[in-house]
Amino acid sequence: MFDFLEGYDVLGAFWTTVQLTVFSGVGSLVWGILLAGMRVSPVPLMRGFGTAYVNIVRNIPLTIIILFTSLGLADIFGVTMGSQDFKIQGFRLAVLGLIAYTAAFVCEAIRSGINTVPLGQAEAARAIGLSFSQTLRLIVLPQAFRAVIGPLANVLIALTKNTTVAAAIGVAEAATLMKTMIENEAQTVAIGAVFALGFVVLTLPTGLLLGWLGKRLAVKR
Amino acid sequence: MSSVLYDTPGPRARVRNVVLSFVFFALLGLLLWWAVMKLDDKGQLAWDLWKPFTTGDAWNTYLLPGLGNTLKAAALSMVIALPLGAIFGIARMSDHRWVRVPAGVVVEFFRAIPVLLLMLFAGEFYVRSTDIPSDARPLYAVVTGLVLYNASVLAEIVRAGILSLPKGQTEAAYAIGLRKGQTMAGILLPQAVTAMLPAIVSQLVVIVKDTALGGVMLQFTDLLNARSTLAANYANVIQSFFVVAVIYIALNFLLTSFASWLEGRLRRSTRGTGAVLGAGTVEDLNTGDTGGAVPAGKTG
Repeated sequence: MFDFLEGYDVLGAFWTTVQLTVFSGVGSLVWGILLAGMRVSPVPLMRGFGTAYVNIVRNIPLTIIILFTSLGLADIFGVTMGSQDFKIQGFRLAVLGLIAYTAAFVCEAIRSGINTVPLGQAEAARAIGLSFSQTLRLIVLPQAFRAVIGPLANVLIALTKNTTVAAAIGVAEAATLMKTMIENEAQTVAIGAVFALGFVVLTLPTGLLLGWLGKRLAVKR
Repeated sequence: MSSVLYDTPGPRARVRNVVLSFVFFALLGLLLWWAVMKLDDKGQLAWDLWKPFTTGDAWNTYLLPGLGNTLKAAALSMVIALPLGAIFGIARMSDHRWVRVPAGVVVEFFRAIPVLLLMLFAGEFYVRSTDIPSDARPLYAVVTGLVLYNASVLAEIVRAGILSLPKGQTEAAYAIGLRKGQTMAGILLPQAVTAMLPAIVSQLVVIVKDTALGGVMLQFTDLLNARSTLAANYANVIQSFFVVAVIYIALNFLLTSFASWLEGRLRRSTRGTGAVLGAGTVEDLNTGDTGGAVPAGKTG
């Protein structure tokens, strides 16, 4: 019944999807936290940069960003991401694009989490003489994080699905393989079902697990 | 902007802020300088490459028709997805298990799948099973993909909108003798629509952004596709990316601003009884293109 799968490396394609998700996820978490820190920082220039970055990047289609990493960054600016191999380069450029895009959403999620921390907490922290970075690192962010696990899970799920856009620059992930397969094989519906199921398997447990974790860890007020 | 995170700066903090500003400015400047030098090296700053955008030709032949197609696909998807989403949203809240469960499965299924896969699948499906002319197929495929995905997101928005209404609304409707259907159509839905408007407008941003997928993967002649034709013609890759990105940003920024203006207006108005669902609520519900934010109602 599933003989149309023969000759195609479906698991390999999904493995690339998972790798794209993991690398971009970690990268955008780091960059997103930095951006969120900038957006609430006392330095006006950093605040302005953070706001501008988020508003600009959120409104550009991810497709443009990913295409630009390949046609702009690699071809014109000569950013090779430390590899001459075209395939590895494409993968790394896609990760770079995904990080740049997803970080804007991570930043907004964390910032909304910072807003959930009661004013008294920050006031108390300041009262005992903690500086801005200490207040943020020791008092506010740890609580904010526990409040935004749910929204961050949504960002991660969106990221998992967004990795398919890497197909635009020829990264061999799930969407690329599905395109090839439905063009070559007769069983369109069955192939569609296999790939749909693959994404359900990837995103559903993530959502359930992180949703449960978010409820467990949320600071009860 | 005053923040609870830091005091009004004193003399020392002011000095530190100025120093930090300078360091940050220098870093940004360095990055910008590198970019400009690189562009200059490759001759990308030559006026010839930017000049096409000052002539009517580039706009009338490529960009405006492309933008038109992008807007057409987005508008079509929205118009079709809205009623579909309303139906599924209401079906998810049905008292009957056999309506509620399938509707829930459909909504969750289409929310879990990337829009690109839906578009690719729809495109191939139209090739094999229908006689839609080949030049119209990309538009059909893009709209189908966007409708399937966004209808399921809108279904969740509709559900949240109706759930945001006070219970008393339903009880009062039942008390004056309205039936279930009448209550939904006459009392709940009109109020929910008002509450949902900002969320619906910000969902449009997601749709506009997602049309770009069709331009690259399905040969749909949208703005992004028009960019590549244009760049092939004038050999100005970077410049065309810049201009097209600015168009997208301006368009979506307008939509985002409109949504938040609407949200503020509705929050202040005394007509509705439910909570207003802003962009944050959509993002919270939307596992799709956008990230998450804690809805304003949940804060504190």
